[in-house]
Amino acid sequence: MNAINTPADLGPMRDYCQAALGRQKVRFLVCAGTGCIAGGSMAVYQELQRLLSERDINVDVELLYEGKESDAGVGTSGCHGFCQMGPLVRVEPTGTFYTRVKAADVPDIITATLDENSEVERLLFKNPDGSRSVTEHDVPFYNRQQRIVLDKCGTINPEDIRDYFAVDGYQALAEILQHLSPMEVIDIVTASGLRGRGGAGFPAGRKWLGCHKAGGSPKYVVCNGDEGDPGAFMDRSVLEGNPLAVIEGMTIAAYSVGARYGYIYVRAEYPLAVVRLQKAIEQAKQYRLLGENIMGVDFDFDLYIFQGAGAFVCGESTALTLSIEGKRGMPRVAPRPRTTEVGLWDKPTLLNNVKTYAFIPDIIRRGADWFKSIGTESSSGTAVFALTGHIANSGLIEVPMGITLREIIYDIGGGIPHGGTFKAVQTGGPSGGCLPASLLDTPIDYDSLDEAGSIMGSGGMVIMDENTCMVDVARYFLQFTEEESCGQCVPCRLGTKQLLEILKDICKGKGRKADLDLLYELSHSVHGGSVCGLGQTAANPVLTTLRYFKDEYEAHIFEKRCPAKVCKDLISFRIDEEKCAGCTLCARACPVSAITGEKKQVHVIDQSICIQCGVCKEKCPTKFSAVECVSPKLVMEVA
Amino acid sequence: MNPVTITIDGLAIPAQEGMTILQAAQANGLYIPNLCNHPDLDPAGLCRVCVVKIDDWKIAISCKQPVKEGMVVSTEDPEVQRVRKNTVELLVANHPMTCLTCERDGNCELQRVARYVGLEPTDLNRYRRSVRSLPMDRSNPFFEIDHAKCILCGICVRTCDEIQNINAIDFVKRGVASLIGTMGNKPIAESRCESCGECVVRCPTAALSPRHRVQPMREVKSICSYCGVGCGIRLGVRGDQIVGVQGDRENPVNGGSLCVKGRFGYHFINHPERLQKPLVRKDGELVEAEWDEALDLIAEKFSQHKGEQFAALASARITNEDNYLIQKFTRAVMGTNTIDHCARL
Amino acid sequence: MDETLHNLLAPYKDKSEALIPILQHVQGELGYLSDEAMLAIAGTTGIPESRVYAVASFYAQFYFTRRGKNQTKVCSGTACHVKGAARILDTFERELGIACGTTSEDYEHTLETVACVGSCALAPVVVVNDEVHGQMESGRVGKIVAGLNTNGG
Repeated sequence: MNAINTPADLGPMRDYCQAALGRQKVRFLVCAGTGCIAGGSMAVYQELQRLLSERDINVDVELLYEGKESDAGVGTSGCHGFCQMGPLVRVEPTGTFYTRVKAADVPDIITATLDENSEVERLLFKNPDGSRSVTEHDVPFYNRQQRIVLDKCGTINPEDIRDYFAVDGYQALAEILQHLSPMEVIDIVTASGLRGRGGAGFPAGRKWLGCHKAGGSPKYVVCNGDEGDPGAFMDRSVLEGNPLAVIEGMTIAAYSVGARYGYIYVRAEYPLAVVRLQKAIEQAKQYRLLGENIMGVDFDFDLYIFQGAGAFVCGESTALTLSIEGKRGMPRVAPRPRTTEVGLWDKPTLLNNVKTYAFIPDIIRRGADWFKSIGTESSSGTAVFALTGHIANSGLIEVPMGITLREIIYDIGGGIPHGGTFKAVQTGGPSGGCLPASLLDTPIDYDSLDEAGSIMGSGGMVIMDENTCMVDVARYFLQFTEEESCGQCVPCRLGTKQLLEILKDICKGKGRKADLDLLYELSHSVHGGSVCGLGQTAANPVLTTLRYFKDEYEAHIFEKRCPAKVCKDLISFRIDEEKCAGCTLCARACPVSAITGEKKQVHVIDQSICIQCGVCKEKCPTKFSAVECVSPKLVMEVA
Repeated sequence: MNPVTITIDGLAIPAQEGMTILQAAQANGLYIPNLCNHPDLDPAGLCRVCVVKIDDWKIAISCKQPVKEGMVVSTEDPEVQRVRKNTVELLVANHPMTCLTCERDGNCELQRVARYVGLEPTDLNRYRRSVRSLPMDRSNPFFEIDHAKCILCGICVRTCDEIQNINAIDFVKRGVASLIGTMGNKPIAESRCESCGECVVRCPTAALSPRHRVQPMREVKSICSYCGVGCGIRLGVRGDQIVGVQGDRENPVNGGSLCVKGRFGYHFINHPERLQKPLVRKDGELVEAEWDEALDLIAEKFSQHKGEQFAALASARITNEDNYLIQKFTRAVMGTNTIDHCARL
Repeated sequence: MDETLHNLLAPYKDKSEALIPILQHVQGELGYLSDEAMLAIAGTTGIPESRVYAVASFYAQFYFTRRGKNQTKVCSGTACHVKGAARILDTFERELGIACGTTSEDYEHTLETVACVGSCALAPVVVVNDEVHGQMESGRVGKIVAGLNTNGG
């Protein structure tokens, strides 16, 4: 079977693929997400192939489709989400889940699996209580999650469409092409309560309806994969791990709104996602799932990949479409028509985020009520977050809307590592805000986060411990927005610059009394005066840190003190005479030779040379812990 | 276009459907501060100085927001005032404070809005000043570019595109590094710029300013003498010297537009080498003569020829009426149809 | 026009809508966008050359000067930032002897920051010649640089 010539072909295709894959008794799935590849997962993959071949086991997938049985096979999968513990290997059908696998571990894995029917204990995830988890399901990181969009990411080979068929891929498209009118599909999307997963949370059904009703031809369906928020990689993982779900979702959208062409806009920094998408589109065309007369019915849809060229602002819908048109990505100035009416090449255009499209096949197959039953009344379904920063378990998570920040951080994320204390959680990237510990019980949904001064955003969630300076964090985000501002309107171009200059000064101890008021005032004017959503939200990191961490600003301005001891101009390093054993480690590591002292003698840091790099503190053996960081700065004694 | 009535700050004013709030205000003699708007160009909506509040809830920019029957506009709402003032403060904090020696002093749109919003030194002192330090582009013989004074309103870019269709300049780079530039940020003289100066006259500040500009004491209306188009000009005169040329916006021929020659090529008028009297060749040497002598000589020589022995070539630099007379003279007096005109070449 | 450029641009005659893919293609082949290349693109597509540069200079991906043989990108995403990316960058600047955003005089090294490579779980992250180095420490920088200098010859 190598094409879907009628929608009815799809059931037999699924059975055929399931049967073929079932002929493989054991399957080692190596995570080939960007994180695991960086950790060396491809070496693990090659070693598995090599050792299985040595055992004369046929690992060629094609033979399964020819009807041959196989004792074992190796495959790659998309991201499992638990990137921190990578490289990850999952063994099917048992679901045994190995973490931090090296090529050298492969012989043990093979022997345990194929010969002993057991597990390699040392590679199983170690729970905080010391016990080991055998499958993903037993790992605390996973068992509080509810995976829909990410469900297939770690279990199928994203480069083989037949794996997708085997897990009900394209059943939703077949279903609508046979039984549903475009309006009926839109009604389902509306009833599901799905809101756009790009950040703003606009109801998807209403957007689809707007594009459906808009006059003009051809229409376009565009997928926003320009995931620019620093600290976010949800969309990348979905595109890498299950590209066909996004493509199927877009095809369903095209059918619903009457679009002829589609574009997937992918960030330049995501080369692997581009490769996976190219392969997926190629295979979908081969199987008559893209192009003319899809599944043999009167429905044409062509899909292209557009690679972004490195501009955060292109995540904004009008900037994104202008960028595809080969122009500068400068958002269109309001008042302007909606993108659903006048979008790409001035034609009606439906633009949604990667995850929004990826939800669609499941919503069609399992029904609007099923989706609506997950999450909260106003925010249905699940939310995908990239959980990073000072957190024990960092990685990609999918949780039902309404779960609290506390549950995410402590139950799934495992809390703050190294005995640290939670200080703030940042959501929504540069447009979002930092929430303090007092708001940990805030439920995750569009409205609650908005109320707290942050936003849901696309899904970045960065956890910060007590060693994080909130003024520095605000400065960091403003630096980002200043660099990424398109520059067309004055409030954003010069406002972010001014805010940044003030924050830099505060971090340097040059803050003035009037700065706090000016920060408030300018933040509101940048919000009120900017052209686009990015400019309007650019000051959010300042506003939320001012709201929840004002004492830190005051310490910087009035006491010239950085409470978290981060801001270089407000800290000094010094060596405790009582504790220093004269081991010379610090003196040898100091890049500017600021430390003097004989062996076994107390060492001294020359404050006039020190650049506050902190290497001495890092190098000082824990048993001595003689180097300490102090703020405000030590006053230099004038000789 | 249907007439509508809108209210601006409590004043009911007539307007027409299709107009923007700013256009309606201007048509009724009301000033709403603005920087990036120009009546000859499509509105861009970038400076955000023309913000107003509509119907007591929505902040909008008056240069792009169309009027609607019954619309209530406030230009003095506290939120509008704050956004507008902060925006102007931001611009000024990034602008050189060299007004006294500036070409545009007294005729600068940034000065005008700054005065209107009521900028105070104490307000400005709160800001971190940062003026761009990019070298002046002095490559063009007629005008200079000072990026430090550029407020990125884009009027020059839109002029070059919408009016001149030359596209020598565009917004380049992005964010706070944005500037108006040519390909590869080369000097303007190396670009496809034709030096028409249309951008220079529209620049609201002195980012683009004519070179060697001297303030005139009076203006004289005239017609450009370069070609047959006959553009209306206003000559700036100081003493008995012409010190500048402006396009005459009231002239139906050019509506204020000029080309490089008409705008910048006026120095010949007062040039010491300009021929003020006819020259007659005597013994192989060109010698200054009186008009009567020269015309008598021409008449004498012309009368020796007739018909095909004669041909006339007329110039685009004289008026239509003069050109008409030349062809009449050629045909009726000299008896030949052999006449041509340089504009046909 | 240079023959390589001519061949590169042949499929794009009058295709002004493909400007960004064209710029990506040309830079991919030539390493950066020279004035000559931009003029050729303008000529082929019919887009004014000022606009070719306007578009190219808007996007961080495009370069207008020759780049180093080895390209080191220090991620400055949020997760990397809170986990000490600034210190990693400082160390690279010292070890390579060049400032961030510049190329060494011998065209061996280019050092820059990148907004976020999306490998946040491995923060702080450095990408050296497309290879991702996760959980970086300043102590590892010297070894990486030494490796580049040996291999780079």
